[in-house]
Amino acid sequence: MTSPQIEIQLIAIVVAVACAIPGVFLVLRKMALISDAISHSILPGIVIGFFITQDLNSPLLILLAAITGVITVVLVEAIQKTGLVKEDTAIGLVFPALFSIGVILIAKNANDVHLDVDAVLLGELAFAPFDRLLMSGIDMGPKSLWIMGSILVITLVLLFLFFKELKVSTFDVGLSSAMGISPIIMHYGLMSVSSVTVVGAFDAVGAILVVALMIAPAAIAYLLTSDLKKMMLISIGFGVLSAIAGYWLAHLLDASISGSITTVLGVIFLLVYLFAPRKGLLSVLYRQRQQRTEVSLITFLLHLTNHSEESERHINHLNEHINWQKVRSQTVLDLAEKNNMISITNDVVSLTAKGKEFTDLALEYIMTNKDEKIEHMKDDFFLFRG
Amino acid sequence: MNIYEYFELLFTDYTLRTITLGTAVLGAICGMLGSFAVLRKQSLLGDAISHAALPGIALAFLITGAKDSNILLIGALVSGLIGTFWIRGIITKTHLKTDTALGLILSLFFGFGMLLLTFIQKQPNANQAGLDKYLFGQAATLLEKDVFLMMIVTGICLVILLLFWKEFKILLFDADYTKTLGFNTRFIDILITFFIVLAIVLGLQTVGVILMSAMLLAPAAAARQWTNRLSTMVVLAAIFGAFSGVFGTAISASQNNLSTGPVIVLVAAVFVLFSFIFSPGRGLLFREIRFRKNRRDLELQKTLQFMYGIAQTHENISHPHAIKILNNFQGFTRKTLQKLEEKNWITLSGQQWAMTTVGYKEAKNLYNQQEQDD
Repeated sequence: MTSPQIEIQLIAIVVAVACAIPGVFLVLRKMALISDAISHSILPGIVIGFFITQDLNSPLLILLAAITGVITVVLVEAIQKTGLVKEDTAIGLVFPALFSIGVILIAKNANDVHLDVDAVLLGELAFAPFDRLLMSGIDMGPKSLWIMGSILVITLVLLFLFFKELKVSTFDVGLSSAMGISPIIMHYGLMSVSSVTVVGAFDAVGAILVVALMIAPAAIAYLLTSDLKKMMLISIGFGVLSAIAGYWLAHLLDASISGSITTVLGVIFLLVYLFAPRKGLLSVLYRQRQQRTEVSLITFLLHLTNHSEESERHINHLNEHINWQKVRSQTVLDLAEKNNMISITNDVVSLTAKGKEFTDLALEYIMTNKDEKIEHMKDDFFLFRG
Repeated sequence: MNIYEYFELLFTDYTLRTITLGTAVLGAICGMLGSFAVLRKQSLLGDAISHAALPGIALAFLITGAKDSNILLIGALVSGLIGTFWIRGIITKTHLKTDTALGLILSLFFGFGMLLLTFIQKQPNANQAGLDKYLFGQAATLLEKDVFLMMIVTGICLVILLLFWKEFKILLFDADYTKTLGFNTRFIDILITFFIVLAIVLGLQTVGVILMSAMLLAPAAAARQWTNRLSTMVVLAAIFGAFSGVFGTAISASQNNLSTGPVIVLVAAVFVLFSFIFSPGRGLLFREIRFRKNRRDLELQKTLQFMYGIAQTHENISHPHAIKILNNFQGFTRKTLQKLEEKNWITLSGQQWAMTTVGYKEAKNLYNQQEQDD
């Protein structure tokens, strides 16, 4: 590896970590799309900042652009508050308008601005190492590494200082205001940090990748755990992993680095989405099927308790009367028999003592309708699940 | 070229006519379908779909090697639909919320699309230039056949909309009820989503991936402010959309260096802003006026009530009292007294006031709502 390669990966890693931290909270607070809105609407801020500073990496420009980001949030909330349109519509109205203003500002001043929309939107990580920070003539490394590094440090400091407050205000707004932690300050604090991160990262990785790096690792982690601290660690881990893997994929294909980092994230998300242990698609589908069978089983057992006459308890009757398909009846019968709830003699089904006890408890559950009861019961009675 | 010249040229210049017609038709179809998206709280779905269409365009190009806009649009349609259904899968099957699902699909698909686009750019194929017009859109590249395609799609969409009007409407407002009535909600849902995706894909060439969502939302959000009827809203949104298209094209054609997409979006945003402020039923201006009027009425009634309390203690209700004794009641001014007199509730003479029988009756019934005041 050459030194620019190491530097590019280093920048990518720093950006990934810096994005993952606010990203987790955005996802948990159901505000993931705000990051998308901010990443687009900072464009006019960047353009105006560029007119003033003439330097894409100046801290003043980052500040100006970050303010535009916060303004976006304020505007969205103001429109929401009027009650004229729904929240999502408000977001969808504000950022294209601001983005359009940015595009037009660039187009109108195309001759004297060395800035183009593609660069802002897509970024180019490969060029990041060429913009060096020179301090009294000494090469201190790439500028964007310094910028993102400082943003990351600030984010981390704020995170450690306000972790408790952030946690409370994220999960229970009422409790947090009762405890004297203003949810509004937390909200705008988070928005400001996200905004600064987006702006700092845009020129290295582009506005869209920022969104991907914020939302995707957090979403992946959310599918794997329900613990906030673990979720943060996992999302940082996946962010870093995709940054490195993405870089080498881009190297291989000779394509955009930010695009390939996003693609790696996409692949990871697809895998986790399908195979995550408890919350993945496959396990959800499996669980749903299991529950369907178990509900059928309970229905079947109730039917048995209600009818003592043999004609109602005949196996063939199941198909006709309860209208189940053959396979389904077979599954339910097998499950019941395996769990010793029924016994079958001469194709006539009868409840065992255990089956009777279970049915009585199930009936009680149906009448009280408390969810937590049934799962315990299933654990107590089932040797085999559906 | 200024705006007037533009409108003169509109009838003679081929390119200008094509573009204007194209953006107008696009605005109309987006407005129409956008109404449904907005009312179904799927406003940002448009944003996600338009981004999700990008890899489809790139893949279609990679596979066919041709830059025929129809093939690219089919690619965009397919990947847009995949994105849409994946979003739905994420929302229904996992505990991730709508916003996360939308943001995920949007950024992941777009990133993948960018990877493919940059990959294509490095290929030794001279044909690849111009694919990036789908990012920001270039209305100027619209050909007559593109516009023709748009019109056909709009026509089909209109027919479907009329055929399934009842179903769309009921699904929109009460999905559970629709199900109990025995409609195939899944089919209706997929149908309307398909057309929304189609409209978005059609617009990609003109306004581009990034601004497409605004084309869908803005006319509908503006139309929503003027009416509570779905049919009126759809028609109004189509009109707003078409006008944003035409005005946007006119403005961008009359200036140098102005790309059409952003201008159209800004024009649509102006429509929205105007509607937010000036719509008579819901607009902010009239709402504020109504608030003020209600507040004034309330003050007036409070004053009357206070007077009623005083007048009640006298046998003759029209016994004159000094205005001074109202002083420990804060909410009155000289003007409100005059107003009360105008309404014939009290009579004023010099520094004294006296209640009339009308005013007395009014005050008596003020809080028990027996006699409705209009």
